[in-house]
Amino acid sequence: MEQTASMSTQIWTTVGIFLTFCLFSFLYKDNPFYKFAEHLVVGVSVGYWAILLYYTNLRQNLLDHLFQPGTWTPKFDELYYIIPALLGIAMWTRFSKKYSWISRYPLALFLGISSGIAIPVTMKNNVLSQLRGTVVGLGFDWSTSGFLGVPQGFWDVVVVVGTISSLIYFFFSKEHKGAWGGAAKLGIYTLMIGFGATFGYTVMARISLLIGRIQAIQDWWKLLG
Amino acid sequence: MKHIKLILFICLSLCLTQAIVAQTATDPPAETAPAVQPPAPPGNVILKDLPNDEGHGILVRWDLSPDDGAGRNTVISYDIYRALSPSAPDSLWMNVGTVVLGTKRYSDKSVEKDAPDFLPKKTDLYYRVVAVGAGVRSTPASAGPVQAYDNWFNSMKMPELIFCIVFLILTVRFINMAKRGIDLYVRPLAGIEAIDEAIGRATEMGKPILYVLGIGTAGDIATIASFTVLGRVARKVAEYQTSMIVPCCDPVVMTIAQEIVKTGYADAGRPDTFKEDSVYYVTSQQFPYVAAVNGTILREKPATNIYLGYFAAESLLLAETGVLAGSIQIAGTDQVSQLPFFVVACDYTLLGEELYAASAYLGREPLLLGTLKAQDYLKAIVLVLMVALLALRVITGADVISKPFDAPWW
Repeated sequence: MEQTASMSTQIWTTVGIFLTFCLFSFLYKDNPFYKFAEHLVVGVSVGYWAILLYYTNLRQNLLDHLFQPGTWTPKFDELYYIIPALLGIAMWTRFSKKYSWISRYPLALFLGISSGIAIPVTMKNNVLSQLRGTVVGLGFDWSTSGFLGVPQGFWDVVVVVGTISSLIYFFFSKEHKGAWGGAAKLGIYTLMIGFGATFGYTVMARISLLIGRIQAIQDWWKLLG
Repeated sequence: MKHIKLILFICLSLCLTQAIVAQTATDPPAETAPAVQPPAPPGNVILKDLPNDEGHGILVRWDLSPDDGAGRNTVISYDIYRALSPSAPDSLWMNVGTVVLGTKRYSDKSVEKDAPDFLPKKTDLYYRVVAVGAGVRSTPASAGPVQAYDNWFNSMKMPELIFCIVFLILTVRFINMAKRGIDLYVRPLAGIEAIDEAIGRATEMGKPILYVLGIGTAGDIATIASFTVLGRVARKVAEYQTSMIVPCCDPVVMTIAQEIVKTGYADAGRPDTFKEDSVYYVTSQQFPYVAAVNGTILREKPATNIYLGYFAAESLLLAETGVLAGSIQIAGTDQVSQLPFFVVACDYTLLGEELYAASAYLGREPLLLGTLKAQDYLKAIVLVLMVALLALRVITGADVISKPFDAPWW
């Protein structure tokens, strides 16, 4: 049995499709419809983000530790949460010309902690995992047929040569000349082959997004009909 | 007549006897089904604090039930129970996990304080392991007490520690060399050399420079690298007395960017020309941010667009709009999946680590130059290590090198 959409669904779907067309109009040139949609989406997202931050960060990670949940009655068992609260308040000193220097302390702390966390993670993901993947992950199996019917071992050698030459490309202490330059060139070719594959893959994903939007327009048309 | 009756009686009796015997032979024998016996319990339950964690995990180990894969072969799985007292009634023994037959260990871990199976630290805990068959259960094998403790040191991160220490030593050494005035060579980077040229072009055209730091937080390495380039660009912009626009996607990034640009203007001796509104917050959501920046690109028509930092799906959307506006575009990110879009749509692209090198190359400051050199030498170490390990693997023909990578380091 065919279901009839409610008036509310029809109105909101129409608004959504109208905004879709407003954004698509950017393909022609900048115009008042695009400006309207742009300002609307920015405003809504900022409002949404502010509420989300309050409930998922400020309240959950700070206020609930300093006050009884849902009240302003203070709790005294986790008083150390006052430290991040003070650091957060210090950020507000930016609005004062006289005291804005105070805001540099929480910023410095934030950057220092972030770098401290990021460096070991980067070391693991970008250095050690890559090293392991190249050294242990490849089988060098010459008996199994791989891509294009060529033995898998050959492709593993290609991976090793590609990795080493790409690393050479990213070595900044030596000029790309002679054999070193040749290896670096092989490295950049390897990178470009990888980029080409990524490009094609991502374009396909974007096309599927476009198809989704066109289907939404089609569904809206049927809804009106 | 009497004999005939007797003979008939005997025949009838024989037929009946035969029929009864035949019927008895076709009837299945009355079964006395043996009761299904529960499997034998697992043995030797050993409890241990789970190492390398924040103190909410216990490692439970046991010997397999004699009926697991052998004996009566009736074990299907093992149930693991936890309680706060060995004499707790059955209702207070919480089932914390189930593992399939043949398994001899289970890591009971629950960090969330509000979770029903939360595992408290520094509290006596008791465990039971029960072998489970088809509708039957063994008697429990018990052990305890055990306490969970948090560990100061995660031994599984030893490789990271070693490499970080090596990197630290290299960094300190090269920074000291740079400070002593020793010339440290860095090869030219086309994208970076184009920045000065692009700022000059903006000055000649009287149009602004758009600097986009991406959608990362201030903690992302790419954003941190971009901050240092932003400082250099701001100084040049102040020197040339042109203008710049820095729309930000993160409030903390915006605050830091404001400080950096302000410092850049001060370093150029023109702190009064710095406009705080030139570095502004748009929104923290990806696509609304893109919509706003795209609008800015088309309305302001900047002479130069610089996209350096952490980028995701917005890379092509921004870069394509920049092409429409006729801007010179310089981009750089460490997000491999986004680099292809910058490569096709921008005039210059800094690939991955070139972004990190950019700041050192531009500024030639000892701190940055020393760090870049340390990175290079760490890469050289990794390269040598890779070649040596691969050679070892080929020569020995055995997987002797996988153990150090797989095994717990302590």
